[in-house]
Amino acid sequence: MPSLGADMDEGTVIEWLVKPGDTVHKGDPVAVVDTDKAAIEVETFAGGTIDQILVPVGERVQVGTPLATINGTGPTPQPAPAPQRPATPAPVPARPAQGLPSEIQGGPPEFPVGNPPAQRAAPPATVTSVDRLKASPYARKLAHSLDVDLTAVPATGQRGMVTAEDVRRFAANPPRPSTQPSTKEPTTTPAPRHVVQQGSPRAAIARLMTRSTQEIPHYYLSTTVDLGTAIAWLSRTNRELPVAERLVPAALLLKATALAAQRHPELNGYWTEDAFRPADQVHLGVAISLRGGGLVAPALHDVASLPVHDVMARLRDLVERARAGRLRRAEMTEATITITNLGDQGVESVHGIIYPPQVALVGAGRIVERPWAVDGLLGVRPCLTLTLAADHRATDGFTGGRFLATVDRLLQTPEEL
Amino acid sequence: MTTTYREALREAIRDALRRDERVFLMGEDVGAYGGCFGVSLGLLEEFGPDRIRDTPLSESAFVGAGIGAATAGLRPIVEIMTVNFSLLALDQILNNAATLRHMSGGQVGVPLVIRMTTGAGRQLAAQHSHSLEGWFAHIPGLRILAPATLEDARGMLWPALLDPDPVLIFEHGSLYNLAGELADDAGPVDIDHAAIRRPGADVTVVTYGGCLGKCLDAAEQLAAEDISAEVIDLRTLRPLDDATFVESVRRTHRAVVVDEGWRSGSLSAEVSARITEQAFEELDAPVERVCSAEVPMPYAKHLEDAALPQPDGIVAAVRKVVSGGG
Amino acid sequence: MNTAIAKHHTALLRQMLRIRKFEEICVELYSATRIRGFLHLYIGEEAVAVGVMNTLDASDALVTTYREHGHALARGVPMEAVMAEMFGRTTGCSRGRGGSMHLFDVKRRLYGGNAIVGGGLPLATGIALADRLRNESHVTACFFGDGAVAEGEFHECMNLAALWKLPVLFCCENNLYAMGTSLVRAQAQTDLALRASSYGMPAWAVDGMDVLAVEQAAQRAVETIRAGGGPCFLELRTYRFRAHSMYDSDRYRDKAEIARWKERDPIEALTVRMRDAGELTDDALKALHREVDDELQRAVAGAEAGPLEAVEDLTRFVYAEES
Repeated sequence: MPSLGADMDEGTVIEWLVKPGDTVHKGDPVAVVDTDKAAIEVETFAGGTIDQILVPVGERVQVGTPLATINGTGPTPQPAPAPQRPATPAPVPARPAQGLPSEIQGGPPEFPVGNPPAQRAAPPATVTSVDRLKASPYARKLAHSLDVDLTAVPATGQRGMVTAEDVRRFAANPPRPSTQPSTKEPTTTPAPRHVVQQGSPRAAIARLMTRSTQEIPHYYLSTTVDLGTAIAWLSRTNRELPVAERLVPAALLLKATALAAQRHPELNGYWTEDAFRPADQVHLGVAISLRGGGLVAPALHDVASLPVHDVMARLRDLVERARAGRLRRAEMTEATITITNLGDQGVESVHGIIYPPQVALVGAGRIVERPWAVDGLLGVRPCLTLTLAADHRATDGFTGGRFLATVDRLLQTPEEL
Repeated sequence: MTTTYREALREAIRDALRRDERVFLMGEDVGAYGGCFGVSLGLLEEFGPDRIRDTPLSESAFVGAGIGAATAGLRPIVEIMTVNFSLLALDQILNNAATLRHMSGGQVGVPLVIRMTTGAGRQLAAQHSHSLEGWFAHIPGLRILAPATLEDARGMLWPALLDPDPVLIFEHGSLYNLAGELADDAGPVDIDHAAIRRPGADVTVVTYGGCLGKCLDAAEQLAAEDISAEVIDLRTLRPLDDATFVESVRRTHRAVVVDEGWRSGSLSAEVSARITEQAFEELDAPVERVCSAEVPMPYAKHLEDAALPQPDGIVAAVRKVVSGGG
Repeated sequence: MNTAIAKHHTALLRQMLRIRKFEEICVELYSATRIRGFLHLYIGEEAVAVGVMNTLDASDALVTTYREHGHALARGVPMEAVMAEMFGRTTGCSRGRGGSMHLFDVKRRLYGGNAIVGGGLPLATGIALADRLRNESHVTACFFGDGAVAEGEFHECMNLAALWKLPVLFCCENNLYAMGTSLVRAQAQTDLALRASSYGMPAWAVDGMDVLAVEQAAQRAVETIRAGGGPCFLELRTYRFRAHSMYDSDRYRDKAEIARWKERDPIEALTVRMRDAGELTDDALKALHREVDDELQRAVAGAEAGPLEAVEDLTRFVYAEES
């Protein structure tokens, strides 16, 4: 089961386009998979003869599960080297055994259609990129024959579509990796192809963030919030709570952000098809860094309606499951606005990149004690730098400013959150 | 020789009447009046009232009578004054002409030709200006022709009469005065294939009938911008010669379909669908269509002009598919 | 007893019996779902088809309606070919493409059952036009029901045929109901012959339950037409004993009305008449029934055994085929 989207963790085979015995070539569509967002054709990355269908129609499997096996070109291999096979009837000959007849015939040996877990870096993610990317049919065909990675081609066509001319231009003059990383190339220039391996989680983030910076005209605002009242309220409240249930400032921040998003719906929703579509509820994406690298931003659903204690509990649960790799699909797809908090890392302020098709990203830095003047009197207060990255197609700085002001105001009355 | 579309049509009818005594012309005011658009002027005197037959204003009866006469062995040419009036005979055209052969298991053929005027451009308003040929092109059992040139006006009738099945010829009303050179020996033409009226490399413009001239004008304008448009005249709207335009799109990778019919459910939709069915992987831009506005044809000149496909709109559509703009 | 007359009457009786029994078998076959589609029965109206058809030459043409089994049989289309059409077989007279409502036999100049009310009139007018233009003396008989008189095509064709003096015999089978709508509920002027005569053609009403009266009227009309007098119109007053189509609940008609008309059953009437005249013995009648039953049995067996058109040939006969 290939990954057909950065947020896909499972898929259902809804149709097989081939059957055992069929000859397939690299690039042929072999099955249709329902990702819960769309039915998508899955192509094979190896040619040969379909040997065995491993996942029947209707079955839902994890990304990475082998869907079928393919023998190298030519007749079905002789069962001669049986002793080299595993004794158990494992249905997943993920890697070719040495010396199979198919290898002698020069064709690729048995190879699963899809992406076994051990093969994260294998081509299936190309499907992802090609599927999500807008390109004319002819451009796709041309890219295939010129061996051009469509994801790297700047688009000039209608509705952001890559055209054949774009592919030709790219093929004639492929960009070289920059020798001076400090001199940033314009954002429209694609990243060099081989910096990260195709198909790795890093590649998915790379594509998403590249797309974001290419497509979204960001604007940035920041404000500093006095958290004195909030911190004081937290320490009072936490005194009465068991350790496991104690609140952290992030819970207040999440709740306040969600409420503010509810009051400024222009920042909560999606930019699709050249228009902003507000969301009905606030599903707050929470950026969580994964152990071993990588980043996910699963959603906490309808945060605005949850009491702070519940926000806290849900946040704990979410972080735990994210790091264990047990997020649910809806959590992966349904965030309407995202918040990222890099305060733990000592960062004072975050100027983030929006997750498309969302239109706003809220950033929070470390809470630091600062000199702070109120009514002409200087004091020391715990302060937080709160930032907003927003899509200028959907809103203007005026809206963003009001939003940040609302968050600030809400955090001044934590008991009401 | 210099001639007009109207004269070319008349010459074709005259030629057919001379070639085959089974041929006769029948319709409203085709005789003494000389044809509503003057196509049959003078033929009554030449061939007499049995073969140039004025009918009462009874479209269903005389179209049906044409079907019956064809079935019984004659080769009638039935003229319907305009396509809007053909609706009064739609029952006969669909329920008899197009279906008798099939219902009878192949026993009954209807070698009939029906000519009619179609299209707008003459400020005739909403009951004399529509382009309904796309409706007829929907019907199996019929052949639909749309002569857009002098050669086709002169040459399509005879092969249509030789066709063992009913053929409808749609003459665009704005073309009758079209003048130009026609070879002295001009005669029957092929009625199976579309024609490339102007070769080009960057975009395929598919059209027919009254829009052909507009497309050629647009192509000329585009040439000045270094855009090379190939203009294809469908000529036969059913059965559609899709091989010609699909082959063209395989070369140009872009298509604009220009059709005076209303966009929704139109012939242009059919052409576009066939391009995506047969050459999807060759397309470098979505197929564009230039059609009439979805409104009954208004009378006022500026409104009528605005409702119809015009060269400027065709040029804009081509620019859009070629440059990705718009 | 005049032997020639007796023979002629027997022939008329045989034709009516063939139609009656054919229709009765159709009811059974339809009920058993062995034949499908719409099924419009002619039971009660047999005298009309038989009487008119008997006056036509083989070279005359015929255009009829969707209630046309009787016309096809009386015209001489073999019973098995008609029955095979009901079964949708290639051996059907329209290769199974037409079914009950579209029986064709161009060899016999039967240009179809037409299932658009009034739709056959222009066709018949045109066939007659062709005959006239070629100076042929053929007649085109065009059958239609009382319902068609309300259609525009009826009036257009009455006018055109009379205007051009075309050789059409317009046979209006007035069975008093356009499907479920009675004549009086649909027509301002219920004297249909009177309406036809307004187009300047000879028109008269005939007792459609009396095969001899129908024959006599048709004979007179055909002679007028052949003599170049232009079209004629016959209003044949008749009645269908069964529903409009298999099945309807017949709620629009009075049971007593149906019973009254059944007393005038055209087959019964001719039988009585022939007996009274000494033209028909019981044995002869039995033999006639047996003969028709045998023919029917063979027709059904032969029809049902006929081959079905190959599905690959679905799109044949849309356009002419290269011969």
